[in-house]
Amino acid sequence: MTRRIVVLTAGLSQPSSTRLLADRLADAVVTQVSARGESATVEVVELRELAHDLATTMTTGGVPTPAVEAARELVSGADAIIAVSPVFAASYSGLFKMFVDVLDPDAVAGTPVLVAATAGTARHQLVLDHALRPLFAYLRAAVVPTGVFAATDDFGGAGSGELGDRITRAAGELAAAVVAAGVGGLGSDRASGRAGMRVGQDVTDFEDLLAGLGQ
Amino acid sequence: MQFGIFSVGDITPDPTTGRVPTDGERIAAMTSYALKAEEVGLDVFASGQHHNPPFISSAPTTHLAYIAAQTQRLQLSTATTLITTTDPVRIAEDYAFLQHLSGGRVDLMMGRGNTGPVYPWFGKDIRQGVPLAIENYHLLRRLWREEVVDWQGKFRTPLQGFTATPRPLEGTPPFVWHGSIRSTEIAEQAAYYGDGFFHNHIFWNIEHTAQMVGLYRRRFEHYGHGSADQAVVGLGGQAFIAGSEAEAKRAFRPYFDVAPVYGHGPSLEEFSRMTPLTVGTPEMVIERTLGFADAVGDYQRQLFLIDHAGLPQDVVLEQIEILGREVVPVLRREFEARRPAHVPSDPPTHASLVAQGPEARHHLVAPARGAAVGASA
Repeated sequence: MTRRIVVLTAGLSQPSSTRLLADRLADAVVTQVSARGESATVEVVELRELAHDLATTMTTGGVPTPAVEAARELVSGADAIIAVSPVFAASYSGLFKMFVDVLDPDAVAGTPVLVAATAGTARHQLVLDHALRPLFAYLRAAVVPTGVFAATDDFGGAGSGELGDRITRAAGELAAAVVAAGVGGLGSDRASGRAGMRVGQDVTDFEDLLAGLGQ
Repeated sequence: MQFGIFSVGDITPDPTTGRVPTDGERIAAMTSYALKAEEVGLDVFASGQHHNPPFISSAPTTHLAYIAAQTQRLQLSTATTLITTTDPVRIAEDYAFLQHLSGGRVDLMMGRGNTGPVYPWFGKDIRQGVPLAIENYHLLRRLWREEVVDWQGKFRTPLQGFTATPRPLEGTPPFVWHGSIRSTEIAEQAAYYGDGFFHNHIFWNIEHTAQMVGLYRRRFEHYGHGSADQAVVGLGGQAFIAGSEAEAKRAFRPYFDVAPVYGHGPSLEEFSRMTPLTVGTPEMVIERTLGFADAVGDYQRQLFLIDHAGLPQDVVLEQIEILGREVVPVLRREFEARRPAHVPSDPPTHASLVAQGPEARHHLVAPARGAAVGASA
């Protein structure tokens, strides 16, 4: 069974350390899923490329552009999500939040999510637990226990091997959640509960709606 | 097929002059648009219902009655009637009264309204929007169809031995549309009763509109009102028309760029790609509008938004003139040419509903239930 891993990455520079971290996490998750006897595909949503479209959606009362709609479909259809944001002003970036704001409220309900962040120094590392975790808790996503924070220093120098250890541990947790979700058809149940942007074609019979109101 | 215009009744400064119409001027302008619509051969004028500035359209039946008195054949409608926050008893009374005054030239489009504070201002809870729409509309159908109503529900004080007056004109309640952008429950509601479904897709892409209409059509057939392609569909549209595309864009862009809802956002060109907005020649508007039928199937009513964003009265009157004289005659011809014989051209009117007689499904509170009972008997 092939699992769909979707990466949300909100870095702005090219290349960005946020994307570097996102790619390392994605590679590690694919490796860990494979180790559990399954395969995984990775699709990356570079939120920088959606910046204009997201602004358009915001300023039109919510009309999704084709690019926004495609990204929403990807997220709604994901078996797991790796969400990586740079830290701006003590939180995830505004671009990252703009994308979350255009998601359907049920888009990631029950979806395993690995949260990760980058910043210039380690002083920002609580962003994982004070900003990203509550955000995905609100969306009722299943955030795995280990979050991955990478400061600039973590990309080299003494002690940088610890980042690799955290990546491996977090990837293992996400892979376990993804593979477990497939047992007994749980995965398909979860997917059917999410409409994303598509107009759901399964409707409640109107007699039931009337009966619910005693009419 | 019916063509017309709809106005939300916003007071917006003209961005090119800074001039703000008074409430009285805006109301008078809207009236003149309705009269112009009849003059140039359009079929429908629809008014919004709002209860907060910058809108003045708080009393649509008063306004529509005034227009009815000055017109002969114009169909008067709403876009939309707030079924959530307006007492269904008042809707039953006001619109039946309007039926009598206008000689039956009335239909309504139900909408929930999306201005949050309007709900608490009228003692309602916005989180109950869909249940309010369902309960209130079902009561409205009973008030128009049952002489004496005993009723109890969740959202309104009970009624015992209540008769809504005046009774509908010739015992025939007005035709009703239900408007919704995203809520499948409302498409289901329209289908259940065999009512019309209106998708005001001026802020949405046609692919989304097609999904909503497709759902309504499928459920219309499910409830036994006819085949899916016979379901009664209306669409919104938005156009600014001039002799050339360049001239249309030059004239409309200052209004577009700062318009309420979508101003300060996408460019006119982007928004024209994303939504049905067409700024250009009559031929461009004709081609774009005909394309709607490719997406949603042959349909019965097309309404255009033409008077928003602070456009001055003389410009709007000219737009209605072009619409009525150059665009709609071609649309009528082309839409009829492509319409299969078994698909009705017009939505039900008072005359067509009366002609069906008192035993017709229209007179049942819940026609789908009636059909089920009939089938088992």
